[in-house]
Amino acid sequence: MHTYPENPQKVYYFGTCLVDMFYPGAGMAGIKLLQQKGVKVIFPSQQTCCGQPAYNSGFPDEARTVARKQIELFSEDYPIVVPSGSCAGMMRHHYPKLFENDPRIDQIKKFSERIFELSEFLVHALNIQLEDQGPPIKVTWHSSCHALREMGVTEDSKSLIRQLKNVELVELQREHDCCGFGGTFAVKQPAISAAMVKDKTEDIRKTGATRLITGDCGCLMNISGAMQYDKTSISGQHLAEFIWERINDEPSTA
Amino acid sequence: MTNLQPLDFEKNVARALKDKQLIKNIKSAMDTLVLKRKNIFSNTAETEQLRVLGNSTKTNALSKLPELLERLEKKCTQNGIKVHWAETIPEANQLVLDIMKSHQATRLVKGKSMVSEEMELNAYLQKNGIEALETDLGEFIIQLNHETPAHIIVPAIHKNKDQISKIFHDNIPDAPYTENVDELNAIARKTLRHKFKQADVGLSGVNFAVAETGTLCLVENEGNGRMCTTVPGVHIALMGLEKVVEKLEDLPPMLRLLIGSATGQLITTYVNMITSPRKEGEKDGPKEVHLIILDNGRSKIFADPQRRKTLYCIRCGTCLSHCPVYNRIGGHAYGYIYPGPIGKILNPQVEGLEAAGVLATASSLCNACEEVCPVKIPIPELIRRIRNESYSKDPASTVEGHGYKSNWIESLVWKIWTFINTSPRINAAGIKVLAALGLKLPKAGPLKQWTRYRSTPEFAPQSLHELVKQNGVHNE
Amino acid sequence: MSEQSRDRIFSRLYAGCRQPSISVPQPVPMPAKTYSRTEKIEKLKTLMEAMRTEVHVTDAQNWIHKLEEILRKRKLKSLVYPPQTTLGDTLESQWKNSAGDLPQLIPYEKEIEGFKDQLFNIDAGITTTAGAIADPGALILWPSKKEPRLISLVPSIHIAVLQAEKIYSSFLEVMQKENWSAKMPTNVVLISGPSKTADIEMTLAFGVHGPKELIVLVVEEY
Repeated sequence: MHTYPENPQKVYYFGTCLVDMFYPGAGMAGIKLLQQKGVKVIFPSQQTCCGQPAYNSGFPDEARTVARKQIELFSEDYPIVVPSGSCAGMMRHHYPKLFENDPRIDQIKKFSERIFELSEFLVHALNIQLEDQGPPIKVTWHSSCHALREMGVTEDSKSLIRQLKNVELVELQREHDCCGFGGTFAVKQPAISAAMVKDKTEDIRKTGATRLITGDCGCLMNISGAMQYDKTSISGQHLAEFIWERINDEPSTA
Repeated sequence: MTNLQPLDFEKNVARALKDKQLIKNIKSAMDTLVLKRKNIFSNTAETEQLRVLGNSTKTNALSKLPELLERLEKKCTQNGIKVHWAETIPEANQLVLDIMKSHQATRLVKGKSMVSEEMELNAYLQKNGIEALETDLGEFIIQLNHETPAHIIVPAIHKNKDQISKIFHDNIPDAPYTENVDELNAIARKTLRHKFKQADVGLSGVNFAVAETGTLCLVENEGNGRMCTTVPGVHIALMGLEKVVEKLEDLPPMLRLLIGSATGQLITTYVNMITSPRKEGEKDGPKEVHLIILDNGRSKIFADPQRRKTLYCIRCGTCLSHCPVYNRIGGHAYGYIYPGPIGKILNPQVEGLEAAGVLATASSLCNACEEVCPVKIPIPELIRRIRNESYSKDPASTVEGHGYKSNWIESLVWKIWTFINTSPRINAAGIKVLAALGLKLPKAGPLKQWTRYRSTPEFAPQSLHELVKQNGVHNE
Repeated sequence: MSEQSRDRIFSRLYAGCRQPSISVPQPVPMPAKTYSRTEKIEKLKTLMEAMRTEVHVTDAQNWIHKLEEILRKRKLKSLVYPPQTTLGDTLESQWKNSAGDLPQLIPYEKEIEGFKDQLFNIDAGITTTAGAIADPGALILWPSKKEPRLISLVPSIHIAVLQAEKIYSSFLEVMQKENWSAKMPTNVVLISGPSKTADIEMTLAFGVHGPKELIVLVVEEY
């Protein structure tokens, strides 16, 4: 579906605002996984947010202002790796729409074509091989809607988990169901969102897994938050952080 | 009679979420429809090609909509079908009444027609002393119970067997109480057979109207559509003006898409193609056929190139079946005749944003609908458009009621958000402050809603920006 | 009133067409699927039987005997048919030579207005077909002055006689080969099985408003 660079030497990394604020360990894990493959990772320090919150809430002008700032920061022709299907989807598929009337639309399209979600990049551009050092564990996977439907990277993410020989991946019965985050949807329609996350946590419980792995921090915050509130003992973790811990038997922030 | 009240969406949602039986019925039925669709479209590459064809057929037809409508009208008229134009719902209702009155008719049998629901035709006719009887089994059930449809394809899907048994037993004279589906069907068949015989006028919808030949195409499984359009002496067909296709050859792929998406079948029991009233020497069929073409806001939607895509809809209902929100609140909560994802974009555009704009907030933008729409309507893109218009005071905005949600608080919030996200130093400082406050953030505003069902999110002691710096990651 | 509405609607639609619109892709038709004669019969039979149609493959010599067998088994009292057609003539002459244990042949020769009560009490109806479509498995009924529409709808049993050589591979194929767009009659109906519904709890039930049984006699000419 996407064309991947062969033998990339340098990549940009777009951390995403949720990772920055709530899950920096996941962000670092992604960087370290790339560095381990000999890739030079460049993290433009002025980056903030892809603009999706405003874009989805009815404020496209504000989204454009913020998006423009990000585009300017990633000016060289390097791939841009993003540890989130949702933000990657925003920058890859929605920026061309957001800027369709912009005189610089061609440049923006070229920017969008350089966007890759982390797991697809690890699998297709770097052909990463993972050696599991950790103890046996049962996990389950939740795919964010945008990772699944916009970026098409769900199978890539799961294939990384499947490489880890001591990890048993039990699939959710309703893996493709939305968890109910939807950004501002969770606060604008809280009752419906709550019903959706409740069903998701029920599905997770049924798998018997001790950990929920996902590639998107919006979903992670939503589902872990609901599981914690319910006092469920299952913990949630970002895919990158999980992989790093398994192959190094230590956390990424060490 | 209708159960549609002015839209109090929050109340509707609360009521629906509490109704465990409703949700159980809906969930089970939608799972079945989703699986059936998946099975009938199991060849992914072929399905994608077919959807592209569906999309381009509709795009093409709509690009020349007025021309095709003129052609349709000319052909139909040549064939002997009387064509009428209704700009508004009251006009459409009046047209039906006038036709009934011209034949001194008091008994109407109806095939399934979403346009007639949009018109609230039954209630209007009843007020004018005319019995308008639904003959599609699902519609028949909800009519007995004084309800509106809960789903575009399976109107009574929110009811289970014992609820339906009670409805029949309480409302049909001499009907025994039975929960056996075959027996329930037999009761409906017997009751309605009598009505088909007696009816003065039959009414139907139109799935596709072919401009090339002046043909009205209707699909159905039960046979009531054929009954309504063949037994009575007069047939009235109702259609939205967007339902016209250019050629007869457009029908096979469009029907495959519609039927596969709606019921998971390769083909319905019957595909009717009606081109004229009874001709000289023919022994049955209606002697008069009327086609009423309804606007009700569609021509205004048409004028905007992006909004026009709303009109691609062929009313298959599959977006509803796949929608996680519809699956949890059912059809009635939406407050208007078209529920689910298509309802979220259509109702605000027809009824105006003040009345129905709230529906566009009831989406997590999961894209499940877009993934399955047979004609590739970019529903999430249109939901965003409705959201944008809800706040936009731009005079170039075309949706009625645009800017209704515009308020200084939200504008300010997003301006601040923009400022923070374009000022990296302030962003970093702000995050440090929030991290320090951590769990002590007051549970107000959006956070209050979040924490009703989830633990408060914790800011990490160090942001990624800080960790990156510490780890010596390159900046450029 | 209707005229003024029409004018207003069209003026908005024409104005809408003058907007710079999105590019209009030319529809690319699906690749045509064609089947051999045997495949067509097989496909039609399989698909229609899955829809609970009773399909009998027979031939020019035996189809009428098969019909008699079907009618006798069900002990039907009456059968409505199209008179002054080849089918009608065949039935009439066959009935003359039969043992008299067949249902009464009732010709549909009056307009429905004077025939309705009777028709609604007839057990079965028999029609010809204008052919059939192998994929997705449906008969083509092409009613006419001689073969009225309601024969295949009102009685609880519909028997259809289909010439095997008139089975087409697809819906598009028959439309194109037979040039339908130049000659659409009052009504054409595709029929894929007996009537059914799944409106109650998605449970399939047969014989709602249309016939409860559909019986197809596929006649092969050798």
